[in-house]
Amino acid sequence: MPLVKQGRITTDLFVHVADGAELPGDGAILISAARFLEDPEAILKRAGKTGVIWPNSRAVDDLVPYLDRLAAVALVFPTFRDGRAYSQARLLRERHGYEGELRATGQILRDQFVFMSRAGFDAFEVKKDADADAFAETMKRYSVFYQPTGDGRVTALNRRMQLRHSESAGQ
Amino acid sequence: MYAYDELDRTLINERVSEFRDQVKRRLSGELTEDEFKILRLQNGVYLQLHAYMFRVAIPYGTLSSMQLRRLAHVARRYDRGYGHFTTRQNIQYNWIKLAELPDALAELAEVGIHAMQTSGNNMRNVTSDQWAGVAPGEVEDPRIWSEILRQHTTLHPEFSFLPRKFKIAITASEHDRAAIKIHDIGLRLHKNADGETGFEVLVGGGLGRTPFIAKTIKPFVHGRDILSYVEAILRVYNQYGRRDNIYKARIKILVHELGIEKFAREVEEEWKLMGDVGLTLDHSAIEEVRSRFSYPAYEKLPHMPDELKQAAADPLFERWRKNSVAPHKVQGYSIVTLSLKPVGGPPGDATADQMDAVADLADKYSFGEIRVGHEQNLALPHVAKRDLPQLWRALDRLGLATPNVNLVTDIIACPGLDYCSLANARSIPIAQELTRRFANHDTADMIGRLHINISGCINACGHHHVGHIGILGVEKNGEEFYQITIGGRADENAQMGVLIGPAVPYAEVADVIEDIVEAYLALRDRPEELFVDTVKRLGVEPFKERVYATR
Repeated sequence: MPLVKQGRITTDLFVHVADGAELPGDGAILISAARFLEDPEAILKRAGKTGVIWPNSRAVDDLVPYLDRLAAVALVFPTFRDGRAYSQARLLRERHGYEGELRATGQILRDQFVFMSRAGFDAFEVKKDADADAFAETMKRYSVFYQPTGDGRVTALNRRMQLRHSESAGQ
Repeated sequence: MYAYDELDRTLINERVSEFRDQVKRRLSGELTEDEFKILRLQNGVYLQLHAYMFRVAIPYGTLSSMQLRRLAHVARRYDRGYGHFTTRQNIQYNWIKLAELPDALAELAEVGIHAMQTSGNNMRNVTSDQWAGVAPGEVEDPRIWSEILRQHTTLHPEFSFLPRKFKIAITASEHDRAAIKIHDIGLRLHKNADGETGFEVLVGGGLGRTPFIAKTIKPFVHGRDILSYVEAILRVYNQYGRRDNIYKARIKILVHELGIEKFAREVEEEWKLMGDVGLTLDHSAIEEVRSRFSYPAYEKLPHMPDELKQAAADPLFERWRKNSVAPHKVQGYSIVTLSLKPVGGPPGDATADQMDAVADLADKYSFGEIRVGHEQNLALPHVAKRDLPQLWRALDRLGLATPNVNLVTDIIACPGLDYCSLANARSIPIAQELTRRFANHDTADMIGRLHINISGCINACGHHHVGHIGILGVEKNGEEFYQITIGGRADENAQMGVLIGPAVPYAEVADVIEDIVEAYLALRDRPEELFVDTVKRLGVEPFKERVYATR
């Protein structure tokens, strides 16, 4: 499954470690929320980076105390019609100030890239190669946005008001 | 009218281009039907019984004559020459080809019309009072707020994959023509004690298999805070709404299971935590949207022009005027409702030729503006009273002057088994038969205001629960049966109708409705007592007795 990060298809440096398997001594790992919460402090003391896969049915509040020490949070779209992780993403980015990698996992298709990016995702485990290849093109599809989100894109309303302001200033 | 600017037009065009790509990928097999389904639904495309159905948004029910002509063109060029106006300020086409849809959307986009989110599990077309901006006594034009919400809910990056569909309706009048109490969120614009404009927010209304009347979650939310408050409701719903069972996924179930108090606390907490995230609408933001609504340059006209006095001698004109013409906030003007309920016709259908002709009449008599209401009728919102006689003659030639607005033959009906893959029974032929039974205008006048609503299945697209008389099609052993409810209403006193007894077979429905109406005529305590008020006073028993005593 290709990983798109910072707009490009890249190698995934994080190793998915199953719940029963032994943790490697160093290197970047991606583990389940349940495993992480068993002993977060011990895991965070490891030499490598830590990423957590957070289920979409659990409030992100439990993750908040560790956010500044996590290198990645992976949120889950079990099917692309289940949109709970969009809310989790915005809460992590906008309310809790999370700045690490925010990864979309599960059924990820090109038709969600813009929504996901606007909600704060910056890494995507894409289901189809063709969709991953089309990432850059797909991200250029929209130039107008109505809602303010943490992605910083200027909304249509703000653009209009700026325009109005500059027009009246010029008169 | 609201004028789309370059930004709105760009967004609609970008959406068309995205959908063109999605259709291409579907036709090439790159997208599976399961993947494509969600994407086409978000663009208003259903796969129905015989063909694709295409649902186009008419935000808050306002159309320009140019837009209506384009809807006619799409009916003619891409469909079979007609369209169907629905209960949610949409128009549906029933026979569209998938491969041609992107072209149809592109033609609509040229006049600022789109089909975004007219279906699917996202925020649907925001609906409002079809008399917005012209109804006497309204707090202010609710379409300004409808447009603010339309923009905010379009391609929302957090709420485009909700547990289920989500509908918002707004009213600013004492008399609710937008049926806000049967919506997921109902907004009632009013002023608080300090004269500030804001909303009573209702939540959790809806029909379908588990009908609920919406409950007030907050009596006053200031206008500047309405986006953040709605967003707080949606965020709670998106996270906690049920996704395990499609029948329990609507917000009404969440509100019911938690109780309105607990749900309100959740929303309040989310709203407080939200803080300032750029959603507060300051005065200039509201004015920016308001400034793009234009209003007609009304003339100073007499209250009672000579043309109207003369025409009053014609009883046919007078019958139509009394039934179809409503007061306007500006002296000398009227709001005229165009009935899409001719005797023997499918409720809400209009031919392409009728649409073109209405667009011409709107240009001539209504400053180029047309409205669409949830009762599946059209309206011309700014007609000078002196023009009423001429307008009436023109409408009559088009078959759009049936004087039955709000009367027993002004039936709301879903398309039913004739078109819909969900339906268990036919709706349109029942409506047609009832319009023939009650075709006599004197009888209909004598009966007075009486709303009949017909749904061909439990999903309740015909809003049968809130019909004064509701007719619900069900299937029993392969045959069409109909459950009858009475006493429902969709206005400011909205309530669900009560079942009067066992379902009756197709062939008996019209007889049963006649029995109910006859019972009402015998039971009302004076001619002015509406059917629904008689039911409220006496309950269903006397009606039940009348219907089932001889069956």
